[in-house]
Amino acid sequence: MSNENWQLYEIFIRSAKGLSHRHVGSVHAADPEMAIEAARDIYTRRNEGVSIWAVPSSAITASDPDAAEELFEPAKSKIYRHPTFYEIPEGVENM
Amino acid sequence: MYTTDLRSAEEKRKAARAKVVEDPEKLAEFQARIDRDEFIEPKDWMPEAYRRTLIRQISQHAHSEIVGMLPEGNWITRAPTFRRKLILLAKVQDEAGHGLYLYSAAETLGVARDELVDQLHEGKAKYSTIFNYPTLTWADIGAIGWLVDGAAITNQIPLCRCSYGPYARAMQRICKEESFHQRQGYEAMAALMRGSKEQRRMAQDAMNRWWWPALMMFGPPDSVSIHSAQSMKWKIKRYSNDELRQRFIDATVPQAHAIGLEVPDPELKFNEETGHWETGPIDWDEFWAVVAGDGPCNYDRMDARRSAHDEGAWVREAAAAHAAKRAGTRAA
Repeated sequence: MSNENWQLYEIFIRSAKGLSHRHVGSVHAADPEMAIEAARDIYTRRNEGVSIWAVPSSAITASDPDAAEELFEPAKSKIYRHPTFYEIPEGVENM
Repeated sequence: MYTTDLRSAEEKRKAARAKVVEDPEKLAEFQARIDRDEFIEPKDWMPEAYRRTLIRQISQHAHSEIVGMLPEGNWITRAPTFRRKLILLAKVQDEAGHGLYLYSAAETLGVARDELVDQLHEGKAKYSTIFNYPTLTWADIGAIGWLVDGAAITNQIPLCRCSYGPYARAMQRICKEESFHQRQGYEAMAALMRGSKEQRRMAQDAMNRWWWPALMMFGPPDSVSIHSAQSMKWKIKRYSNDELRQRFIDATVPQAHAIGLEVPDPELKFNEETGHWETGPIDWDEFWAVVAGDGPCNYDRMDARRSAHDEGAWVREAAAAHAAKRAGTRAA
Protein backbone atom coordinates (compact mmCIF):
# COMPACT_ATOMS: atom_id res chain seq x y z
CA MET A 1 0.00 0.00 0.00
CA SER A 2 1.04 3.57 -0.53
CA ASN A 3 0.85 6.52 1.80
CA GLU A 4 -0.53 8.80 -0.86
CA ASN A 5 -3.64 9.64 1.13
CA TRP A 6 -1.65 10.78 4.10
CA GLN A 7 -2.17 14.34 5.12
CA LEU A 8 0.62 16.85 4.60
CA TYR A 9 1.47 18.80 7.76
CA GLU A 10 3.45 22.01 7.97
CA ILE A 11 5.94 21.87 10.83
CA PHE A 12 6.80 24.74 13.16
CA ILE A 13 9.58 24.50 15.74
CA ARG A 14 10.34 26.74 18.71
CA SER A 15 14.02 26.88 19.62
CA ALA A 16 15.22 27.03 23.20
CA LYS A 17 16.16 30.68 22.69
CA GLY A 18 12.69 31.95 23.55
CA LEU A 19 11.68 32.81 19.98
CA SER A 20 8.31 32.09 18.38
CA HIS A 21 7.66 28.85 16.52
CA ARG A 22 9.22 29.06 13.07
CA HIS A 23 8.23 27.17 9.93
CA VAL A 24 10.84 24.53 9.03
CA GLY A 25 9.21 22.33 6.39
CA SER A 26 6.56 19.65 6.09
CA VAL A 27 5.95 15.95 6.78
CA HIS A 28 3.48 13.37 5.56
CA ALA A 29 1.78 11.43 8.35
CA ALA A 30 -1.23 9.24 9.01
CA ASP A 31 -2.38 11.44 11.89
CA PRO A 32 -1.29 14.55 13.85
CA GLU A 33 0.49 12.63 16.62
CA MET A 34 2.58 10.72 14.10
CA ALA A 35 3.30 14.01 12.33
CA ILE A 36 4.89 15.27 15.56
CA GLU A 37 6.95 12.07 15.87
CA ALA A 38 8.13 12.28 12.27
CA ALA A 39 8.94 15.98 12.69
CA ARG A 40 11.00 15.14 15.79
CA ASP A 41 13.14 12.74 13.74
CA ILE A 42 13.40 14.94 10.66
CA TYR A 43 13.75 18.44 12.03
CA THR A 44 15.21 18.20 15.55
CA ARG A 45 18.13 15.77 15.35
CA ARG A 46 20.48 18.38 16.80
CA ASN A 47 18.51 19.97 19.63
CA GLU A 48 16.92 22.51 17.30
CA GLY A 49 13.75 22.75 19.31
CA VAL A 50 11.82 22.50 22.56
CA SER A 51 8.34 22.52 21.01
CA ILE A 52 6.77 21.31 17.75
CA TRP A 53 3.53 22.37 16.07
CA ALA A 54 2.07 20.29 13.25
CA VAL A 55 -0.62 22.05 11.21
CA PRO A 56 -2.49 20.39 8.31
CA SER A 57 -1.19 22.20 5.22
CA SER A 58 -4.75 22.46 3.96
CA ALA A 59 -5.68 24.54 7.03
CA ILE A 60 -3.35 27.37 6.07
CA THR A 61 -4.73 30.38 4.25
CA ALA A 62 -1.95 32.33 2.59
CA SER A 63 -2.00 35.85 1.18
CA ASP A 64 -1.92 36.17 -2.59
CA PRO A 65 1.55 37.23 -3.78
CA ASP A 66 -0.01 38.98 -6.79
CA ALA A 67 -2.04 41.16 -4.42
CA ALA A 68 0.92 41.95 -2.17
CA GLU A 69 1.20 45.50 -3.48
CA GLU A 70 -2.33 46.50 -2.39
CA LEU A 71 -2.24 44.38 0.75
CA PHE A 72 0.83 46.05 2.18
CA GLU A 73 0.31 49.53 0.71
CA PRO A 74 -1.28 50.98 3.88
CA ALA A 75 1.92 50.33 5.83
CA LYS A 76 4.16 51.91 3.22
CA SER A 77 2.47 55.31 3.30
CA LYS A 78 2.59 55.78 7.07
CA ILE A 79 6.15 56.71 7.83
CA TYR A 80 5.02 58.50 11.01
CA ARG A 81 4.71 55.05 12.60
CA HIS A 82 8.51 54.93 12.87
CA PRO A 83 10.40 56.76 15.62
CA THR A 84 12.88 58.21 13.13
CA PHE A 85 10.03 60.34 11.67
CA TYR A 86 10.14 62.69 14.66
CA GLU A 87 12.54 65.52 15.27
CA ILE A 88 13.92 65.88 18.77
CA PRO A 89 15.87 69.00 19.90
CA GLU A 90 19.63 68.65 19.92
CA GLY A 91 21.02 67.49 23.27
CA VAL A 92 17.89 65.66 24.43
CA GLU A 93 18.88 62.14 25.43
CA ASN A 94 17.41 58.78 26.46
CA MET A 95 14.58 58.90 23.92
CA MET B 1 26.16 17.40 -9.56
CA TYR B 2 22.64 18.22 -8.45
CA THR B 3 22.52 21.08 -10.92
CA THR B 4 23.55 18.76 -13.75
CA ASP B 5 20.90 17.71 -16.21
CA LEU B 6 21.36 13.95 -16.46
CA ARG B 7 18.56 13.25 -18.91
CA SER B 8 19.27 11.43 -22.15
CA ALA B 9 18.98 13.29 -25.47
CA GLU B 10 15.62 11.57 -26.10
CA GLU B 11 14.24 12.65 -22.71
CA LYS B 12 15.32 16.22 -23.37
CA ARG B 13 13.73 16.25 -26.82
CA LYS B 14 10.48 14.98 -25.38
CA ALA B 15 10.48 17.67 -22.70
CA ALA B 16 11.25 20.36 -25.29
CA ARG B 17 8.21 19.35 -27.34
CA ALA B 18 5.99 19.99 -24.30
CA LYS B 19 7.10 23.64 -24.30
CA VAL B 20 4.57 26.22 -23.17
CA VAL B 21 4.42 29.77 -24.44
CA GLU B 22 4.82 32.29 -21.64
CA ASP B 23 3.63 35.88 -21.45
CA PRO B 24 6.76 37.93 -22.32
CA GLU B 25 5.81 40.69 -19.89
CA LYS B 26 5.53 38.26 -16.99
CA LEU B 27 8.78 36.62 -18.02
CA ALA B 28 10.59 39.98 -17.98
CA GLU B 29 9.11 40.82 -14.58
CA PHE B 30 10.20 37.43 -13.25
CA GLN B 31 13.74 37.87 -14.54
CA ALA B 32 13.87 41.35 -13.01
CA ARG B 33 12.98 39.88 -9.61
CA ILE B 34 15.76 37.32 -9.97
CA ASP B 35 18.21 40.03 -11.02
CA ARG B 36 17.30 42.00 -7.88
CA ASP B 37 18.25 38.87 -5.87
CA GLU B 38 14.71 38.39 -4.62
CA PHE B 39 13.66 34.90 -3.55
CA ILE B 40 10.92 33.18 -5.52
CA GLU B 41 8.35 31.59 -3.22
CA PRO B 42 5.89 28.73 -3.88
CA LYS B 43 2.80 30.80 -4.67
CA ASP B 44 4.64 33.35 -6.83
CA TRP B 45 4.24 33.30 -10.59
CA MET B 46 7.08 31.45 -12.27
CA PRO B 47 7.74 30.25 -15.82
CA GLU B 48 6.79 26.64 -16.39
CA ALA B 49 10.36 25.84 -17.45
CA TYR B 50 11.70 27.25 -14.16
CA ARG B 51 9.24 25.09 -12.24
CA ARG B 52 10.12 21.99 -14.25
CA THR B 53 13.86 22.57 -13.94
CA LEU B 54 13.51 22.89 -10.18
CA ILE B 55 11.28 19.84 -9.80
CA ARG B 56 13.78 17.79 -11.79
CA GLN B 57 16.79 19.14 -9.93
CA ILE B 58 15.37 19.02 -6.39
CA SER B 59 13.91 15.54 -6.85
CA GLN B 60 17.15 14.29 -8.42
CA HIS B 61 18.92 15.72 -5.39
CA ALA B 62 16.42 14.11 -2.98
CA HIS B 63 16.76 10.73 -4.72
CA SER B 64 20.55 11.03 -4.42
CA GLU B 65 20.28 11.48 -0.66
CA ILE B 66 17.98 8.46 -0.35
CA VAL B 67 19.97 6.16 -2.65
CA GLY B 68 23.13 7.49 -0.99
CA MET B 69 22.12 5.69 2.21
CA LEU B 70 22.63 2.31 0.53
CA PRO B 71 26.41 2.13 -0.02
CA GLU B 72 27.02 3.33 3.53
CA GLY B 73 24.22 1.34 5.16
CA ASN B 74 26.08 -1.67 3.81
CA TRP B 75 28.77 -1.10 6.49
CA ILE B 76 26.70 -0.26 9.59
CA THR B 77 26.79 -3.83 10.90
CA ARG B 78 30.49 -4.17 10.08
CA ALA B 79 31.88 -0.89 11.43
CA PRO B 80 35.22 -1.58 13.14
CA THR B 81 34.33 0.00 16.51
CA PHE B 82 31.18 0.95 18.39
CA ARG B 83 32.14 4.64 18.04
CA ARG B 84 32.36 4.34 14.25
CA LYS B 85 29.06 2.48 14.18
CA LEU B 86 27.23 5.21 16.09
CA ILE B 87 28.72 7.86 13.81
CA LEU B 88 27.77 5.96 10.66
CA LEU B 89 24.21 5.40 11.91
CA ALA B 90 23.85 9.12 12.62
CA LYS B 91 25.23 10.00 9.19
CA VAL B 92 22.93 7.62 7.33
CA GLN B 93 19.98 8.96 9.33
CA ASP B 94 21.00 12.48 8.28
CA GLU B 95 20.92 11.41 4.62
CA ALA B 96 17.34 10.24 5.08
CA GLY B 97 16.54 13.59 6.67
CA HIS B 98 18.18 15.45 3.78
CA GLY B 99 16.12 13.47 1.28
CA LEU B 100 12.97 14.37 3.17
CA TYR B 101 13.78 18.12 3.42
CA LEU B 102 14.27 18.08 -0.34
CA TYR B 103 11.09 16.14 -1.17
CA SER B 104 9.32 18.65 1.06
CA ALA B 105 10.84 21.53 -0.95
CA ALA B 106 9.89 19.82 -4.25
CA GLU B 107 6.30 19.43 -3.09
CA THR B 108 5.96 23.20 -2.78
CA LEU B 109 6.19 23.25 -6.60
CA GLY B 110 3.00 21.27 -6.93
CA VAL B 111 4.30 17.73 -7.32
CA ALA B 112 3.47 14.92 -4.89
CA ARG B 113 6.26 13.07 -3.13
CA ASP B 114 4.68 9.72 -4.01
CA GLU B 115 4.87 10.65 -7.66
CA LEU B 116 8.58 11.43 -7.36
CA VAL B 117 9.31 8.24 -5.43
CA ASP B 118 7.41 6.24 -8.05
CA GLN B 119 9.51 7.83 -10.80
CA LEU B 120 12.65 6.72 -8.98
CA HIS B 121 11.41 3.17 -8.46
CA GLU B 122 10.29 2.90 -12.08
CA GLY B 123 13.77 3.92 -13.20
CA LYS B 124 12.52 7.16 -14.78
CA ALA B 125 14.36 9.50 -12.41
CA LYS B 126 18.07 10.10 -12.12
CA TYR B 127 20.29 10.34 -9.06
CA SER B 128 23.96 11.15 -8.58
CA THR B 129 26.18 8.66 -10.45
CA ILE B 130 28.51 8.32 -7.48
CA PHE B 131 26.13 6.00 -5.62
CA ASN B 132 26.41 3.37 -8.32
CA TYR B 133 29.92 2.47 -7.17
CA PRO B 134 30.40 -0.32 -4.61
CA THR B 135 31.75 0.04 -1.04
CA LEU B 136 34.23 -2.84 -0.98
CA THR B 137 36.09 -2.19 2.26
CA TRP B 138 35.71 -0.14 5.44
CA ALA B 139 38.04 2.48 3.96
CA ASP B 140 35.38 3.25 1.37
CA ILE B 141 33.21 4.65 4.17
CA GLY B 142 36.00 7.05 5.09
CA ALA B 143 36.53 7.95 1.43
CA ILE B 144 32.81 8.59 0.88
CA GLY B 145 32.50 10.90 3.88
CA TRP B 146 35.61 12.82 2.98
CA LEU B 147 35.43 12.92 -0.85
CA VAL B 148 31.78 12.40 -1.75
CA ASP B 149 30.35 14.55 1.02
CA GLY B 150 33.21 17.00 0.45
CA ALA B 151 32.24 17.32 -3.22
CA ALA B 152 28.58 17.60 -2.19
CA ILE B 153 29.36 20.48 0.19
CA THR B 154 31.29 22.32 -2.53
CA ASN B 155 28.28 21.96 -4.78
CA GLN B 156 25.68 22.74 -2.16
CA ILE B 157 27.08 25.88 -0.54
CA PRO B 158 26.19 28.06 -3.56
CA LEU B 159 22.73 26.43 -3.62
CA CYS B 160 22.03 28.01 -0.21
CA ARG B 161 21.65 31.26 -2.19
CA CYS B 162 19.64 29.80 -5.06
CA SER B 163 16.65 31.85 -6.20
CA TYR B 164 13.95 29.41 -5.07
CA GLY B 165 13.27 30.05 -1.37
CA PRO B 166 12.27 26.56 -0.16
CA TYR B 167 15.24 24.96 -1.94
CA ALA B 168 17.69 27.54 -0.57
CA ARG B 169 16.37 27.02 2.97
CA ALA B 170 16.59 23.23 2.70
CA MET B 171 20.18 23.60 1.48
CA GLN B 172 21.13 25.81 4.41
CA ARG B 173 20.01 23.09 6.81
CA ILE B 174 21.76 20.39 4.82
CA CYS B 175 25.06 22.27 4.59
CA LYS B 176 25.13 22.77 8.36
CA GLU B 177 24.80 19.02 8.89
CA GLU B 178 27.04 17.97 6.02
CA SER B 179 30.26 19.24 7.53
CA PHE B 180 30.14 16.55 10.24
CA HIS B 181 29.88 13.99 7.43
CA GLN B 182 33.05 15.16 5.76
CA ARG B 183 35.08 15.44 8.96
CA GLN B 184 34.14 11.99 10.24
CA GLY B 185 35.17 10.49 6.88
CA TYR B 186 38.50 12.28 6.86
CA GLU B 187 39.13 11.23 10.45
CA ALA B 188 38.44 7.59 9.54
CA MET B 189 40.88 7.84 6.61
CA ALA B 190 43.51 9.51 8.80
CA ALA B 191 43.12 6.73 11.40
CA LEU B 192 43.77 4.09 8.74
CA MET B 193 46.80 6.00 7.47
CA ARG B 194 48.25 5.94 11.00
CA GLY B 195 47.64 2.18 11.19
CA SER B 196 49.36 -0.93 9.83
CA LYS B 197 50.79 -1.32 6.35
CA GLU B 198 47.66 -3.25 5.39
CA GLN B 199 45.38 -0.47 6.67
CA ARG B 200 47.33 2.16 4.73
CA ARG B 201 47.07 0.05 1.60
CA MET B 202 43.32 -0.22 2.14
CA ALA B 203 42.94 3.55 2.51
CA GLN B 204 45.00 4.21 -0.63
CA ASP B 205 42.95 1.66 -2.56
CA ALA B 206 39.73 3.44 -1.56
CA MET B 207 41.29 6.77 -2.57
CA ASN B 208 42.23 5.28 -5.96
CA ARG B 209 38.69 4.10 -6.62
CA TRP B 210 36.77 7.16 -5.32
CA TRP B 211 38.91 10.07 -6.54
CA TRP B 212 37.80 10.13 -10.18
CA PRO B 213 34.11 9.37 -9.57
CA ALA B 214 34.15 12.20 -6.97
CA LEU B 215 35.48 14.62 -9.62
CA MET B 216 32.76 13.44 -12.02
CA MET B 217 30.11 14.37 -9.46
CA PHE B 218 30.35 17.99 -10.59
CA GLY B 219 28.97 17.02 -13.97
CA PRO B 220 30.30 17.31 -17.53
CA PRO B 221 32.84 20.02 -18.43
CA ASP B 222 31.54 23.52 -19.16
CA SER B 223 32.35 23.06 -22.85
CA VAL B 224 29.49 20.54 -23.20
CA SER B 225 27.21 21.54 -20.33
CA ILE B 226 24.39 23.04 -22.40
CA HIS B 227 21.79 23.60 -19.71
CA SER B 228 23.98 25.65 -17.42
CA ALA B 229 23.38 29.05 -19.06
CA GLN B 230 19.64 29.15 -18.34
CA SER B 231 20.12 27.87 -14.78
CA MET B 232 22.76 30.53 -14.19
CA LYS B 233 20.43 33.23 -15.50
CA TRP B 234 17.74 32.01 -13.10
CA LYS B 235 20.28 31.85 -10.27
CA ILE B 236 19.49 28.20 -9.64
CA LYS B 237 23.14 27.63 -10.38
CA ARG B 238 25.78 30.17 -9.37
CA TYR B 239 29.06 28.63 -10.54
CA SER B 240 29.89 26.38 -13.46
CA ASN B 241 30.70 22.67 -13.13
CA ASP B 242 34.38 23.28 -13.85
CA GLU B 243 34.67 26.15 -11.36
CA LEU B 244 33.20 24.03 -8.56
CA ARG B 245 35.29 21.01 -9.53
CA GLN B 246 38.47 23.14 -9.38
CA ARG B 247 37.47 24.50 -5.97
CA PHE B 248 37.10 20.92 -4.70
CA ILE B 249 40.41 19.78 -6.19
CA ASP B 250 42.29 22.72 -4.68
CA ALA B 251 40.80 22.04 -1.26
CA THR B 252 41.20 18.26 -1.33
CA VAL B 253 44.66 17.59 -2.76
CA PRO B 254 46.46 19.14 0.28
CA GLN B 255 44.13 17.19 2.60
CA ALA B 256 45.20 13.94 0.91
CA HIS B 257 48.87 14.84 1.20
CA ALA B 258 48.48 15.83 4.86
CA ILE B 259 47.65 12.24 5.82
CA GLY B 260 50.05 10.61 3.37
CA LEU B 261 47.58 9.62 0.64
CA GLU B 262 48.56 9.80 -2.99
CA VAL B 263 46.18 11.27 -5.56
CA PRO B 264 45.80 8.60 -8.29
CA ASP B 265 46.66 10.96 -11.13
CA PRO B 266 50.16 10.85 -12.67
CA GLU B 267 49.49 14.18 -14.40
CA LEU B 268 48.50 16.06 -11.23
CA LYS B 269 50.62 19.17 -10.74
CA PHE B 270 50.50 22.47 -8.91
CA ASN B 271 50.54 25.52 -11.17
CA GLU B 272 52.55 28.16 -9.29
CA GLU B 273 51.26 30.92 -11.53
CA THR B 274 47.53 30.28 -11.12
CA GLY B 275 47.76 28.77 -7.64
CA HIS B 276 45.61 25.84 -8.78
CA TRP B 277 46.12 22.08 -8.91
CA GLU B 278 45.81 20.76 -12.44
CA THR B 279 44.58 17.21 -13.07
CA GLY B 280 44.83 14.86 -16.00
CA PRO B 281 41.79 14.25 -18.24
CA ILE B 282 38.59 12.84 -16.72
CA ASP B 283 37.08 9.76 -18.38
CA TRP B 284 33.68 11.15 -19.38
CA ASP B 285 32.75 7.96 -21.20
CA GLU B 286 32.67 6.26 -17.82
CA PHE B 287 30.44 9.04 -16.42
CA TRP B 288 27.88 8.77 -19.24
CA ALA B 289 27.91 4.98 -19.05
CA VAL B 290 27.05 5.14 -15.33
CA VAL B 291 24.32 7.73 -16.02
CA ALA B 292 22.87 5.41 -18.64
CA GLY B 293 22.73 2.53 -16.15
CA ASP B 294 26.02 0.74 -16.70
CA GLY B 295 27.64 1.53 -13.34
CA PRO B 296 28.76 -1.38 -11.18
CA CYS B 297 25.75 -1.10 -8.84
CA ASN B 298 22.87 0.60 -10.71
CA TYR B 299 20.75 -2.53 -10.66
CA ASP B 300 21.51 -3.39 -7.01
CA ARG B 301 20.69 0.11 -5.83
CA MET B 302 17.28 0.21 -7.48
CA ASP B 303 16.55 -3.33 -6.40
CA ALA B 304 17.39 -2.47 -2.78
CA ARG B 305 15.25 0.72 -2.96
CA ARG B 306 12.25 -1.12 -4.33
CA SER B 307 12.58 -3.96 -1.80
CA ALA B 308 12.81 -1.47 1.05
CA HIS B 309 9.66 0.23 -0.21
CA ASP B 310 7.74 -3.03 -0.70
CA GLU B 311 8.91 -4.62 2.54
CA GLY B 312 8.00 -1.42 4.40
CA ALA B 313 4.37 -1.62 3.24
CA TRP B 314 3.32 -3.20 6.54
CA VAL B 315 4.65 -0.17 8.44
CA ARG B 316 2.48 2.16 6.37
CA GLU B 317 -0.51 -0.14 6.87
CA ALA B 318 0.10 -0.30 10.62
CA ALA B 319 0.37 3.50 10.79
CA ALA B 320 -2.91 3.91 8.93
CA ALA B 321 -4.62 1.33 11.18
CA HIS B 322 -3.24 3.01 14.29
CA ALA B 323 -4.43 6.42 13.06
CA ALA B 324 -7.91 5.02 12.40
CA LYS B 325 -8.06 3.41 15.84
CA ARG B 326 -6.89 6.59 17.55
CA ALA B 327 -9.43 8.66 15.60
CA GLY B 328 -12.13 6.22 16.76
CA THR B 329 -11.06 6.61 20.41
CA ARG B 330 -11.11 10.38 20.07
CA ALA B 331 -14.62 10.36 18.56
CA ALA B 332 -16.00 8.06 21.29
